[in-house]
Amino acid sequence: MQWTDYLPSLMQGAWVTIQLTLYSTLLGAVAAFVFGIGKLSRNWALRGVSIAYIEVFRGTSLLVQLFWLYFALPLAGDALGLDLRLPPVLAGVLALGLNIGAYGAEVVRGAIQSVHSDQHEAARALNFSERQTLFGITIPQAIPEMMPSFGNLAVQNLKDTALVSLISLGDLTFRAEQIRNFTQESTTIYTMLLFMYFGMALVLTALMRLLERFVGRWRLAGN
Amino acid sequence: MNDPIIKFEKVVKRFGDLTVLDELDFEVRKGEKVSIIGPSGSGKSTVLRILMTLEPIDGGMVTVCGEPLWHEQGPNGLQPAGEAHLRKMRAQLGMVFQQFNLFPHMSVLRNITEAPVKVLGLSRAEAQARGEELLELVGLADQADKYPHQLSGGQQQRVGIARALAMRPSILLFDEPTSALDPELVGEVLTVIGRLAEEHDLTMLLVTHEMRFAREISDRVCFFDKGRICEEGTPEELFTDPKEDRTREFLKAVLD
Amino acid sequence: MLFGFEWDLSSPLAFAISILPILLLGLWVTIQATVVGFFVALVLGLVFAVLKAAPSRFIAWPARLLTEFIRDTPLLVQLFFLYYVLPEYGIVLPAFLTGALALGLQYSAYTSEVYRAGIEAVSRDQHEAARALNLPAARTFTHVVVPQAIPRIVPAMGNYLVSIMKDVPVLSVVTVLEMLNVAKIIGDRTFNYLIPLSMVGGLYLIMTLVASAGVRLLDRQLPKQGLPLK
Repeated sequence: MQWTDYLPSLMQGAWVTIQLTLYSTLLGAVAAFVFGIGKLSRNWALRGVSIAYIEVFRGTSLLVQLFWLYFALPLAGDALGLDLRLPPVLAGVLALGLNIGAYGAEVVRGAIQSVHSDQHEAARALNFSERQTLFGITIPQAIPEMMPSFGNLAVQNLKDTALVSLISLGDLTFRAEQIRNFTQESTTIYTMLLFMYFGMALVLTALMRLLERFVGRWRLAGN
Repeated sequence: MNDPIIKFEKVVKRFGDLTVLDELDFEVRKGEKVSIIGPSGSGKSTVLRILMTLEPIDGGMVTVCGEPLWHEQGPNGLQPAGEAHLRKMRAQLGMVFQQFNLFPHMSVLRNITEAPVKVLGLSRAEAQARGEELLELVGLADQADKYPHQLSGGQQQRVGIARALAMRPSILLFDEPTSALDPELVGEVLTVIGRLAEEHDLTMLLVTHEMRFAREISDRVCFFDKGRICEEGTPEELFTDPKEDRTREFLKAVLD
Repeated sequence: MLFGFEWDLSSPLAFAISILPILLLGLWVTIQATVVGFFVALVLGLVFAVLKAAPSRFIAWPARLLTEFIRDTPLLVQLFFLYYVLPEYGIVLPAFLTGALALGLQYSAYTSEVYRAGIEAVSRDQHEAARALNLPAARTFTHVVVPQAIPRIVPAMGNYLVSIMKDVPVLSVVTVLEMLNVAKIIGDRTFNYLIPLSMVGGLYLIMTLVASAGVRLLDRQLPKQGLPLK
C-alpha cells in the first residue's frame, strides 16, 4: 500500500482528535476558572474542594485518571446503585478536561494574584463590590497574563489526546495503530503520525497566539 | 451644624510591631481644605487610607458625617463594621492615588463612567454625560477614547481626579497626588486641584510635599510627626511662625 | 496470582491489603523508569542545549527544529515509534529501556530549555566582569556561570522529574510492568478495577507530594546567588 492510501482513515482519526482537543480544552478552561477562583475564595468549603481537585488531578497520572473513569467508576456506581458507565468519548473528554483544568487552575490563580493590589484599592475607593471588582477589574487584567501558559497547556492537551486510543476511542493514534496492525508498515505509519500531530500542534499554537493578541488588545492600543 | 465632618478620637493603628498612629485626635470641618505635611512614616497616608476604608483601625474611633466609620450599631451596642456598613460609608468619600491607579484595560472615559454605572446605577448615557463634563473640567475632553498607557503621568492623574469626582463624594482625599510625577507635569495637576478648592465646597484632605501649594489653597495645615499631630494652624501661622522645634526643623529641611 | 502473590477476594479490605505488595512491586518499576528516563533527559537535554547554542546556523537551527518537533508530538507516539521502528533497523532493546528512552527523549526537549534559560539568566554583567578580570572563557563558564545557573536549574528539573513519574504509565502499552499496568492486570483478572486503580491513584498522590516536597526542600537548601566556591 502507498502511504497516501492511509490518509483517509488517518484524517478521520485526526478529526476525532481535533474534536477531543476542542471539547476537553473548553472543559479544562471552565474548570480552571471555577477552581482557580475557588481556591482564592473566602468560603472554606469552596476553597477546600478547589485545593483537593487541583492536588488530585495534578498529583496523579493522566492515564490513571482515564483508566479510573473508564474502568473503575462503573464499579463505584454499582456499589451506589447508579449506572456510571461512561462511553469512551465521555471518559476521554472528562479525564483530559479535568486534568488540564487542574493545571489551568493554578495558572488562573497565579494570574489573578499577580494583578497589583493598587487596582483593588482603586476599585474599593470607588465602592465596587468584591464581585464587581473580581469580574470587572481583576479578571480582565489577569487574562492576558494567563494566555502564554494556556497556549502551552492547549498543546499539551492535544498531545494527551493520544492516550484515549488506549480505551479504544477512534482518534488519530488509534487509527494509526489499526493500520499498522494490518500492514506492519511501522516506520511509514508512525512517521506520518508524528508529522500530523506536529502540524496540528503548530496550527493550535498559532491560534492560541491570535487569541493572546485578541485578549490583550487594550495593551496594544495606539501602536 | 458645627459638628466636624471627620473626627478621629484616640485612633491607634499598628503595622506589626510598629505603631503608626498613636492615639491620634484629628478633626475636619465641612468644606475645609486641610493639608497634611510631615516626614515619611509619620502616618499621613495612613490617615487617608483609614478614611477610605482601605485600612482598619486598632483602637479609638473614626466618625464621618456624624456616623462611626469602622464601627456600626449592633444589637449589643457598637461592634466592628461589616462590609455593608463600610460600603454605605464609603459612598461619601473619594480618593486620588499617588500612582493614579487607573484601570489599564478601560478607556479614559470608561474609567470615569464605570463606577457611576455599576455602583450608582446610572445609565451609560447619563454616566457618559457626567464623564464628559468632568473631562472638560480637568482639561482632557479630547482624550476620552485613549487608554491610560497612552497618556502622560499628569494627564493620568487628572483622569484619576475626574474618576473620583464622578462619584460625587462629599470628601475628597488626595494621597500625595503629584509625588510620582515628573516635575514639569506637576503644575497641571496642581492647577486642577487648586480650581477644585476654590470653586467647590468639597471637603478636601491633601497629603503633599508641595509646600507652596499647600500654603496657597489650605484653610488649615497639619504637621504630622510620629503618628500624632505635632502642630496645626492656618498656613500663615504654621509656615511663617512655627511654634514647635520639630516643625521648624522639618520646614527648614524641605523648604531649602 | 501475580509476581508470586495471591490476592484475597473475601472482602474489599482484604483484597486491598493483599494486592498492596504487588502494586508496590509495580511502583518499584515505576521509580526505576522515572530515574532512568530522567537521567536520559538530563544528558540528552544538555546535548540539545549545546547544539542549539552553536554559533553555526547549520547546527543550531536543525537542533531547534528537532527539539520543537519532539516537544509538540505525543509521548505515546514517540514510544510506539521507538518500540516498533528501531528493531527494523537492527536495534533491539528490552521494553523497559525503550520506554525509558522515550521518556528521556520527550523530556530532553524541555530540559534543554531549562539549561538555556538557566544560563542566560546569569546576567550579562557577570560575563563582562569576568572578561574585565581577564578570566578565560572556559573558566568563566565553569566557575562563574555554572555555579549561579545551578540554583535556577535544579527546581525546574525537579518538577520535570515529577512529571516524568506521572508519564511512566504510558509505558504500559509496551508491556512494561509499572504500577498502572499491574493494577489493570489485577482488574482484568478479578473484574475488580475499582480498588486497584484507586490504590494506584492514592500511591501516585503520595509519591507526587513526597517528590514535590523534596524538590522544594532542595530548592530552599540551594543558595539563590549561586553555589559557593572556596
